[in-house]
Amino acid sequence: MKLTLNVWRQSGPNTPGKMVKYDLPNVNEDMSFLEMLDVLNETLIAKSEEPVTFEHDCREGICGSCGFMINGKAHGGFPKTTVCQLHMRHYKDGDEIFIEPWRATAFPIVKDLMVNRSAFDRIIQAGGFISVPTGSAVDGNAIPIPKSNADRAMDAAQCIGCGACVASCTNASASLFTSAKIAHLNLLPQGQPEKLDRALKMVTVMNEEKFGSCTNLQECEATCPKGISIENIAIMNRHFVEASFMQRPAMSEGGAG
Amino acid sequence: MATAAAPNSKLQQSLALYQSTIGKKYVVAVTGAVLFLFTIGHMLGNLQIYLPNAQEALANYAKLLHASAELLWAVRIALLTCFVLHVVTIAQLYNLNRAARPQSYVMKTPTMSTYASRTMYLSGPILLFFVLYHLSHLTTGATHPSFVEMDPYHNLVTGFRQPMASLFYIIAMSMLGLHLTHGVWSMFQSMGFNHPRYRNGLRNFATAAAAIISLGNISIPVCVLLGILGKDLV
Repeated sequence: MKLTLNVWRQSGPNTPGKMVKYDLPNVNEDMSFLEMLDVLNETLIAKSEEPVTFEHDCREGICGSCGFMINGKAHGGFPKTTVCQLHMRHYKDGDEIFIEPWRATAFPIVKDLMVNRSAFDRIIQAGGFISVPTGSAVDGNAIPIPKSNADRAMDAAQCIGCGACVASCTNASASLFTSAKIAHLNLLPQGQPEKLDRALKMVTVMNEEKFGSCTNLQECEATCPKGISIENIAIMNRHFVEASFMQRPAMSEGGAG
Repeated sequence: MATAAAPNSKLQQSLALYQSTIGKKYVVAVTGAVLFLFTIGHMLGNLQIYLPNAQEALANYAKLLHASAELLWAVRIALLTCFVLHVVTIAQLYNLNRAARPQSYVMKTPTMSTYASRTMYLSGPILLFFVLYHLSHLTTGATHPSFVEMDPYHNLVTGFRQPMASLFYIIAMSMLGLHLTHGVWSMFQSMGFNHPRYRNGLRNFATAAAAIISLGNISIPVCVLLGILGKDLV
């Protein structure tokens, strides 16, 4: 099939970018969207032009590297689909496709379709972990966990940190990402000791990283390639407010031993 | 580099809560809940115009509301505080959200969001102007053609006989319906209540409440314009 692509081209972080039109005469419907871009880049390289920069790694929908806006929808807007798992059979001959990077103050553009998502890493560093003693592993099933909690924690833990929630949100809010990471640990017994601290610190960093606020539009849930529910955002809101009222600072530095 | 030190004093904690986007959303949700309950009470008061002896019923209702000046002003101040907090906090979040995405997309297609949820920044400001007009129209009477103190029936009927005034009321109440369709559901989510068992129920409750409040209020100017209400007033 023949496609017309409008791709955002931007040579560096501080240079102005613009949409550039490319005609692609021979697209196979069995290609993935990224393979289609590979073909575009081959033709660009053959013409000694700069290829389109985009992030990708596993190409099987589990690493969270790829992702950009296709026709105004994150990852193309198909349910539970990353760009690498999106196939060209969803498009038809003669289609015009608009491709843009995620746009958010917290995600500065590196080049073309590639953005810097380090803000997500800093949110994780603030509390997206549990502190455990090193040594031999605890017996499996030694800690009782209600099945429904384990299921919800696993659903939240599916987040691959691709940034589609931020990109699809009208307010560039990172609420779905942050809440998935908070809920994933706060729903489990292992996450309890740092529960309030985690909610407080991760939300604080989320705000400091200049992400917007949640207005409950549910665009994030619809475009999340892992189908993460906004129920997690309600959990985050609850735990954050609880933490704001109840959290107390440690009495002194250090601990037993 | 972002840092995340836990706030220590009580004041710091409450300030940190209000400075966070989530704390602000709680303020919007709680004040919104108060204003939502007010719109229900206000509509029920309005609907007394359909009682057999409407002029007397509404006059008695007005007397009841004015029975204690202290109580009336306490309620007015409480409502005004909620209204101002609701608007100011949303204005702060609006600026924050615009700053979070300074460059907009060349193409952006909505997927799951409802029309009502995407137009909150339109319905909100229209309602703000409506409240100002409504107070000057039917509370102080400054923009009313023939205002009579403590005779709401007369004021309603003669006020709504002006088609442009009625049209603005109808538009504003449609906007209130849209605003509540998203807002009433949204306040539960913002305050951390979201459970699969109640998800559809809450959505339906929000839509039904919004429809009843807006249609109940819209019916009054429509009935006045059609001549169904106010036959006894020439």
